Amino acid sequence: MVEGLIGKKIGMTQTFDDKGNVIPVTVIEAGPCTVIQMKTVEKDGYSAVQIGLVEEKKQRSNKPMAGHLKKAGINAAKIIREFYFDERSDVKEGSQFFADIFNEGDKVSVVGISKGKGFAGVVKRWGFHGGEKTHGSMFHRRPGSTGASAYPSHVFKGKKLPGHMGDDRVTARNLKVIQVEKDKNLLVISGAVPGASGGYVLIKKVDFNPVPEKTKKE
Amino acid sequence: MNLIDIVEKKDIKEDQTPFNIGDTVKVHVVIREGEKERIQLFQGDVIAKKGTGSSASFTVRKISFGTGVERVFPLHSKMIKKIDVVRHGKVRRAKLYYLRKLRGKAARLKEAK
Repeated sequence: MVEGLIGKKIGMTQTFDDKGNVIPVTVIEAGPCTVIQMKTVEKDGYSAVQIGLVEEKKQRSNKPMAGHLKKAGINAAKIIREFYFDERSDVKEGSQFFADIFNEGDKVSVVGISKGKGFAGVVKRWGFHGGEKTHGSMFHRRPGSTGASAYPSHVFKGKKLPGHMGDDRVTARNLKVIQVEKDKNLLVISGAVPGASGGYVLIKKVDFNPVPEKTKKE
Repeated sequence: MNLIDIVEKKDIKEDQTPFNIGDTVKVHVVIREGEKERIQLFQGDVIAKKGTGSSASFTVRKISFGTGVERVFPLHSKMIKKIDVVRHGKVRRAKLYYLRKLRGKAARLKEAK
C-alpha cells in the first residue's frame, strides 16, 4: 500500500456531522495512480515508489517518458511524484491505487501550490498592522524602519519586506477524511487545502513512520 | 453530474416542504440540553434564501417582544425536523431586507391569493 496519492482539487462545499454542526469540506478527486518505478535501498539508496496520476484525457508523452512509463503499462501520466510505501504489502510496477486507500476518520496532510498573490505589501504578506488611515497620518500600509543607522548599518537578512507572495508549496497538516466515494475516487476532507480548484495536490497519510526499521541505514 | 453534487447528495433532504420568500413558516428546531433533546418552534417570515446544494440556507425574521429577531438556518440541517408553511405572502422581491427598517403595521406582508 502506498502512503499517499496524487489528486485534483475539485472545490469546496459543506456537510454536517452527527451533532448537526456544519463542517466546511474540500472535495478532491484522488487517483487512479499507477506505480511507475520502485526505488530500492540497494539501487537508489532509499526506498520509495514513484507513482503517476492517470487521467482519462490522453496526453502526449515524449519518447523518453513513454519508455519510462512502459513498464507500468500506461501511456501517459499527468503528474509523477514519489511516495513512501508499506514494504510488507504487495506493491509492484503497474499496481493501481484509488481513493479507497484512505478510510473515513484518517488524518491526512495535503500538499498543494498556493494561489499566487503577486507582488504584495507587508500588511498582506506578513500581517503588519499598518498605520492610521486618517487623522493626518501619512503612514498607511508602509513597512516602517528596516534597521538602525550606526549599528548595525545594514538590513538584517530575512527582514520582512514587500515581495512576491503565494504560488508556494504549502502543506496543510492533520486534516480529517470525512467521506470516501469509492466509485468516483472522491475524497472529502475537512477544511481548506492549498491552491485553486482544479489544481493538483498530494494527499499523504499522517500516522506513517517514513523510515521502517529494516530500511534504516547503518 | 458535477463531482461536488455527488458528495452533497447524501446531505440533501429530498422531502423538504417547499416554501417561498415571504411565507410565514414554523421551523421545528432540535434543541440539545445536556443529554436531552427537545423541539423548539421558531415562527416568522422567510426574508431570504441563499446558496445552492447542501450549503443552502434561509433566514427567518420575527418580532419577539417588540424586538426584531432573525435566525439563519441551513436548509438541509439535521437540527431542523420539520418546516410548516403557515401562510403564503405576496412579495415582489427575492430578499425582504427592507422589512428591517419597517415597524408595526408597515412591516406586514399581504397574503398571496
